[in-house]
Amino acid sequence: MGTVEIRPAPHIRGERTVEKIMLNVVYALLPICLFYVFQYGISALASITVVTGTCLLTERWFVKTGTQSGNLADFSATITGLLLALTLPPGFPLWMGAVAGFVAIALGKGLFGGLGFNVFNPALVGRAFVQAAFPTSIATYTPSFLSGRFFEFIPSSLAWPLMTPASAALWLKEKQIDALAGATPLAKWKFDGVLAEAGDLLTSLAGHMAVGPSPLLILACGAYLAFRRYLDWRIPTAILGGAGVVAWLLFAFNPAYYPNPFFMLFSGGLILGAVFMATDMATSPVTPRGMWLYGGLIGLLTVVIRYYSGLPEGVMYAILIGNAATPLIERITQPAPFGKGVLGRAKKGASYPLHPGYISREEAGAVTPKKRILKNKPKPDERKTPHH
Amino acid sequence: MTPSTTAKWDEFMEGIWKQNPIFVMVLGMCPALAVTVSAVNAISMGIATTFVLTCSCLLVSLMRKMVPKEVRIATYIVIIATFVTAVDYFIQAISLALYDALGAFIQLIVVNCIILGRAEAHASRNPPLVAVSNALGMGAGFTIGLFALGSVREILGNGTLFGFSLFGEHFQPWVIMVLPPGGFFVLGAWLLLFAWFERRKQAIKEAGQHA
Amino acid sequence: MSAKHPTTEQAPPATPTWAMIRTLGLVAGICGLVIVGSYQGTYDAVAANKRIAMERAVFKVVPAARSINAYYALEGGGVAKAEGEAPAGAVNFFAGYDETGKLVGVAAEGVAKGYADAVRIMFGYDPDCGCVRNIGVVAMRETPGIGDKIAKDKEFLANFEKLDAQLNAGMSALAHEIVTVKHGSKTDAWQVDAIAGATITSRAVGRAINDAAQALLPKLVPHLDKIKDKS
Repeated sequence: MGTVEIRPAPHIRGERTVEKIMLNVVYALLPICLFYVFQYGISALASITVVTGTCLLTERWFVKTGTQSGNLADFSATITGLLLALTLPPGFPLWMGAVAGFVAIALGKGLFGGLGFNVFNPALVGRAFVQAAFPTSIATYTPSFLSGRFFEFIPSSLAWPLMTPASAALWLKEKQIDALAGATPLAKWKFDGVLAEAGDLLTSLAGHMAVGPSPLLILACGAYLAFRRYLDWRIPTAILGGAGVVAWLLFAFNPAYYPNPFFMLFSGGLILGAVFMATDMATSPVTPRGMWLYGGLIGLLTVVIRYYSGLPEGVMYAILIGNAATPLIERITQPAPFGKGVLGRAKKGASYPLHPGYISREEAGAVTPKKRILKNKPKPDERKTPHH
Repeated sequence: MTPSTTAKWDEFMEGIWKQNPIFVMVLGMCPALAVTVSAVNAISMGIATTFVLTCSCLLVSLMRKMVPKEVRIATYIVIIATFVTAVDYFIQAISLALYDALGAFIQLIVVNCIILGRAEAHASRNPPLVAVSNALGMGAGFTIGLFALGSVREILGNGTLFGFSLFGEHFQPWVIMVLPPGGFFVLGAWLLLFAWFERRKQAIKEAGQHA
Repeated sequence: MSAKHPTTEQAPPATPTWAMIRTLGLVAGICGLVIVGSYQGTYDAVAANKRIAMERAVFKVVPAARSINAYYALEGGGVAKAEGEAPAGAVNFFAGYDETGKLVGVAAEGVAKGYADAVRIMFGYDPDCGCVRNIGVVAMRETPGIGDKIAKDKEFLANFEKLDAQLNAGMSALAHEIVTVKHGSKTDAWQVDAIAGATITSRAVGRAINDAAQALLPKLVPHLDKIKDKS
């Protein structure tokens, strides 16, 4: 005799599990990390290892103490660590990287209850914290493709815990490289008014440019994920579209003052943020219209922060604000239920008599009111007379 | 100890542990977050508040039988404002640097809800000695809470404690700790620690009952 | 409850008006005494503290001074001892004298909007070389670790070892406006080299000094003889 199993829905499960999605994102991130190590050498490798390691250890601790759901095998902490390391400068002191990793998982994820409960993208929470705590170190970039990068650490990487890192400018002077080469293209544009070449921005291959991994590579890896449906193509499209349109409008308005939209799109962390961070499933809207709205908002905010604030880069804050707005966006972009208007009110003049088949037994005797006006509402002239 | 001394001691300890204004009641957050960038500021603020709290509670308790219910809030507020004004002058006389560091938050002691709360809920119903013990305990608890915030923020944000350097001159300050968000982070961490403590105590107690 | 008062609640007896007035009057009396008492008791100490703080700020920017006098530079030119209310349009400044009573420097305060709030700067003016010699921060709320470097950064403070503040030929304004320039691009003696990353605060310092010097020096410099010796 076979046993009959009784259990609640869902009865049919899809192929896709959290582990599988996360593992695929890790696969997509690996080429980018390799390119980053190729650009900056051993310092970048150490940074990625330490940050990811701290994230995993913190995750392990939260899972073990039972304050968080999930387990280590779901690779979500690995993704957080890799993304966080990619957004930090290559010569970022390793101990600060460890602080960032701990804050990312503890404050960004563990305290909310673990995977799926976090409000903000954990990697960006970690980065925002170190941005506020160590504003000088996080703005100190060094040029890429230095000779000897695979054998020599950038000195600031190896700062003792709690101690100030060695000056990158002095190190560059020793190597007889112009200290300005250590500025990112965005900082150069913001503070010196110099625009980088388009081709160099796209490939990141120009010598000694202080940039992250190539935007083209990130787009290719993102396209793989979008093609396999592990991320929704609408969000990156909306972010890049939103930023591009705003930047183009400003550029058309005053080309002498504002940089061209191409520079806006392919400099800084916009591509990485749009493809890998804003698309985090727990912190972005699930409704298609919401995704467009969310992406457009992030794109707009990025450009506004870059132009009008004291900071050269705005992607991080834009995405965090987008994350915060997500519940609101989801609320106002709910697909309208049959017979309802967009905001949940009944459509004017719409009246749908209930089909008896849809009424449960308790409600069988219920009568659908024809009009929404209350019958017992006292009329103005009746108000004066006392009524029982 | 005589029973009445024990009772007063209990009243005193109430504010330090069981009803700590910062960690348990989460009151008086405005000064707790704003002035705790250094241990000295935190303790000065704590002492100033304790002074106002104790003096106000003493006066309120002495007058408790002759204050009609209808005018009690007005009476308490006038009393509290008086002692805040006095503290304001005292601090100016002691150190202008401290006065500048604490800024408007000295005057804002007037609206610190701990003080009106204690005057209304405790001092107006208890004899002077009991009221003063309770007020001193609350003040001490508040000072301890502020010091807990201020010391962490000064150590991480400046590498010093009471102005003495702890890590040498190469210390890397965590700028965020002396900015307003740092206050929230440190407060959150302390509250977390206390909540965890409480939960552990509860768990041990329950385990003892089962066994 | 309902057993005791089966029909209606008894209203509590009204508090007599006299009791309320008496209490409030008594409280007001006690509080008045406390406030006036503490004001009177601390008045001397507070005044002494304020004087010491001001003197310390002046001595910092005019290190050679051993004693100071406070003056007003009057609207139409000329100086007067700072006593009582300042006349309209007058600018407050301090003259520092050495042991022999000879004028060694002038200190004045300037204010400009910084990144977070107003930045108040005390600066020392050396009449012999016609330049700004030292600065001290009187009050600021700039970002710790970035903007507050203006108080300690050695490279920045080196700007004020000899910052040109000569008047023009007509003695109506500075010959060259004191301006803050981008880090590393200082070329002239009247320029202030900004701190990298703290340009807004550095600019505020330059503007504070410039505004105060423009307001004070044209009134003061033609009449320097009057305060040459300590009176």
